[in-house]
Amino acid sequence: MDAGTAAHRRGFRRLTGIAMTLELRNVTKRVEAETHIADVSLTLARGSLNVLLGPTLSGKTTLLRLMAGLDVPTQGQVLVNGQDVTDVPVQKRSVAMVYQQFINFPNFTVFENIASPLRVAGVASAEIDRRVRDAAALMRLDRFLERYPLELSGGQQQRTALARAVVKRAELLLLDEPLANLDYKLREELREELPKLFVEIGAITVYATAEPSDALLLGGNTATLSEGRITQFGKTVDVYRRPNDKATADVFSDPPMNFIAARITGGKAHLPGGTSLPARGPLAGLPDGEITLGFRANHLYLRAPGPDAVPVTATVAVTEITGSESFVHVMHEGSRWVALAHGIHELNPGAPVELYLDPNRVFVFGRDGRLMAAPAIAAAA
Amino acid sequence: MDKVVNNRAWFMVLPVLVLVAFNAVIPLMTVVNYSVQESFAGNVFFFEGSKWFEQVLHSERFHAALGRQFLFTGIILAIEIPLGVAIALAMPRRGPWVSVCLVLMALPLLIPWNVVGAIWNIFALPSYGLLGRTINALGISFNFTRDVFDAWFTLILMDVWHWTSLVVLLAYAGLMAIPDAYYQAAKIDGASRWAVFRYIQLPKMRRVLTIAVLLRLMDSFMIYTEPFVLTGGGPGNATTLLSIDLVKMAQGQFDLGPAAAMSLIYFLMVLAMSWVFYTVMTREEART
Amino acid sequence: MARIDLADIAHAYGPRPRSEADYALKRIDLTFKSGGAYALLGPSGCGKTTMLNLMSGLLVPTQGSVLFDGIDVTEQTSEQRNIAQVFQFPVVYDTMTVYENLAFPLRNRRVDGAVLDGRVRQIADMLGLTRSLGQKARRLTADAKQKISLGRGLVRSDVSAMLFDEPLTVIDPQLKWQLRSQLKTLHRQVGNTMIYVTHDQTEALTFADTVIVMYDGRVVQVGTPEELFERPNHTFVGYFIGSPGMNVLPAWVEGRTATVAGHPISLPRTYEKPSGTRIELGVRPEFVKIAADGKGLPVHISRVDDVGRFKIARVRLAGHALNVMVGEDVQLSGVAAAIEFDPSHLHIYADGELVEGRA
Repeated sequence: MDAGTAAHRRGFRRLTGIAMTLELRNVTKRVEAETHIADVSLTLARGSLNVLLGPTLSGKTTLLRLMAGLDVPTQGQVLVNGQDVTDVPVQKRSVAMVYQQFINFPNFTVFENIASPLRVAGVASAEIDRRVRDAAALMRLDRFLERYPLELSGGQQQRTALARAVVKRAELLLLDEPLANLDYKLREELREELPKLFVEIGAITVYATAEPSDALLLGGNTATLSEGRITQFGKTVDVYRRPNDKATADVFSDPPMNFIAARITGGKAHLPGGTSLPARGPLAGLPDGEITLGFRANHLYLRAPGPDAVPVTATVAVTEITGSESFVHVMHEGSRWVALAHGIHELNPGAPVELYLDPNRVFVFGRDGRLMAAPAIAAAA
Repeated sequence: MDKVVNNRAWFMVLPVLVLVAFNAVIPLMTVVNYSVQESFAGNVFFFEGSKWFEQVLHSERFHAALGRQFLFTGIILAIEIPLGVAIALAMPRRGPWVSVCLVLMALPLLIPWNVVGAIWNIFALPSYGLLGRTINALGISFNFTRDVFDAWFTLILMDVWHWTSLVVLLAYAGLMAIPDAYYQAAKIDGASRWAVFRYIQLPKMRRVLTIAVLLRLMDSFMIYTEPFVLTGGGPGNATTLLSIDLVKMAQGQFDLGPAAAMSLIYFLMVLAMSWVFYTVMTREEART
Repeated sequence: MARIDLADIAHAYGPRPRSEADYALKRIDLTFKSGGAYALLGPSGCGKTTMLNLMSGLLVPTQGSVLFDGIDVTEQTSEQRNIAQVFQFPVVYDTMTVYENLAFPLRNRRVDGAVLDGRVRQIADMLGLTRSLGQKARRLTADAKQKISLGRGLVRSDVSAMLFDEPLTVIDPQLKWQLRSQLKTLHRQVGNTMIYVTHDQTEALTFADTVIVMYDGRVVQVGTPEELFERPNHTFVGYFIGSPGMNVLPAWVEGRTATVAGHPISLPRTYEKPSGTRIELGVRPEFVKIAADGKGLPVHISRVDDVGRFKIARVRLAGHALNVMVGEDVQLSGVAAAIEFDPSHLHIYADGELVEGRA
């Protein structure tokens, strides 16, 4: 695999399209009375990998279609390299798209599948041969060129679809949950491989997914989508570590983020049930008032992680064990939390359990849901 | 969905528009023209207003033809739809027999309509037709050219033979679209054969069946060739359906005015039915 | 509920299987205890769904027999076996309300009105469907539909087993957490034998008390989630369970020492010189540490992936790729580092199979 990488790289240079930027300016898409995309503004830089992260029906596919030119926005503009292309149809744009379903021509070999966009474009056959072999090498399909799609595994079929998208040298590569139909383990491997490929292809890549772990493993930038709005756009790790608001934190957390309403008075955060957190870390220097605290499952501890940690008593709902870790689902004052603890912890449902909250690890959201303070990165290093 | 705005595209459709104008609009306007005028030999016309429409709408002859038309359509729908569904249910879902069944089913649809009429005419002849002779040999007197019941019997049998396949193919397509998991779940839930049909197959076939009913309704309303070849509308006027009556009036008697008025009434009826069905179908779609 | 035995079972989809390759499922002997929570885990094509369908009665095995509580049910239909099954894509009866959907299996079994009503409401309550009982099932979201499919199984108090065929495939990640924990709670409440097929290790490990790992028509290992994690029988299990999977390095083993790329590593057990052409050392990324003092095996860091909860350092040890799990707060700088292995979590494999050592 490694010996091939240098050769791939040489191939890529030839595959690389012309760099460009894509800008959405106040784009809104309504279908009859329903708003699918609401006032989205986004600028994607040349050669960047961008993840659209959001649950089903949050507008990921609609946004991809708007970027491709398959749909025309109800309001707003789409600009490529600063030029308005809002009304330019998809055939005239430089776009390639890969879908969740493995879409290949079943009666064509892998070679012909990859070659198909070039044949349509009327490229000379020597050139086609060269470009197809480059793209196939890139997707590690060299050995399967003479096979038919149905003789391949799911991962190989999807790589064929990817190769066909890459061979076009499109400036914009759109992927709509391309790994969703693959086995978990295969997904894990491709997630690790794909970012490298995207960088080398050099196009603007937009990757839509519902899985926070996809976004984290792919890296690049992430735009979180919630109900047709982009709640935040930035470097993936930054969005994860500093979500702008509750909606973003909710979308970008697996397991879901735990929330609790609290009130700040006298320099302490008072939780329902009589516990209070000292004003350390993100809680320091906040004005008095109502807030919501958010903390991730791995920051709700079964053992005190430090001197600032405060115990809260909750009731065990159910425990899930992964072999090395335990997810403890608990109820606390009417809200459901998940704690992720190292090691095996079999706790009985209905039993009380002491959990520790570390004030240095909490996110603080205001009454409007906006982030007021986040844990410092590398707090306990 | 994939809407692309480009006005030049209209030029592409222009030839079709011209063709449609010659094909449909101009003949239709001629008919409208006839329907409001009295014509005499030598192309002399007088304006008559709505006279022909009133005459047609009040005529016994039209009522009788319309009645026969409804009876015919009602009977063939009542037979072809359930029969088509039943055959589709009995067809294999996979295996080599699927294509054999499909080809057999498609056969009647491939035969030209006048040939269908001719085949059945010969088939049912009491003197040497296989069907006619067999029935007579069983001791039942059968003669479709003389007996009203026999004529209707043959006409309906012919239509059922010719068109049930269409319903079968549509229903079969609907059935094939049901994932296996539904049948497995129903088995596990202990559903009877009837419950599977009632709660899985019928709801999933609903859309294609609506299309089947619509197509058969329209087609049977406009049927002409087969009954014309088979019975010529007889005995007497017993099998004179709307279209046959119309042609008799226009060509046989040269009553151009009433015939034109009747054509328009006929046309509006078919149009109205199509519209009702289209509305019902699209509303159904919007609900799901 | 019932105990299920698969006695010397094998299955081929073709009519006349000749070679072993024709079998989708190769000679298996397994027992599922009454009231247990099991998962069949493996990549697509490993035979897990075939095994499930043999138990549910949707398939009849080419050879061997299926026993429910010791009674041979090999030739019985799903209905006769009295099992319940939830499929990958939710199956609901579109024209019925949620209530009618839940009542359907009982009506088919001629269960009486008051009993039926009580049972339906109890299950709806358990699943959080009470408020939508009057709604048409067709209009609900995917997760609610999947709950109905589940409810139709639960509503029958006498089912011998509940089978799940990748039931969370179409569910959003956030809702997966809810449904999964709900399933676990339900298992505790109703105490049914439950068998869950999936390719997703998290689903398998969190749901089941016993996980059956399958590969290429064979059972590779049967064990608790902990056993699978701590002591994989086969390098495949090491790779398939855990995210990222186990690191496997070619090694030379003698006594209590393994030599990897010229570096000696002390082992927790003593090994005779293992027989086999391919001897490997297996260690999970969780049990590899970046040595703080720089003493250990010298590695080259090629990349660090920050996956939120933790980081994955992709390192190279003399040309062999390894994954190392690093805490979320640790900042790694530079390309050179040293790693050390947790000596109690090292395993030796010969041709992929775990080699037992002496303490």
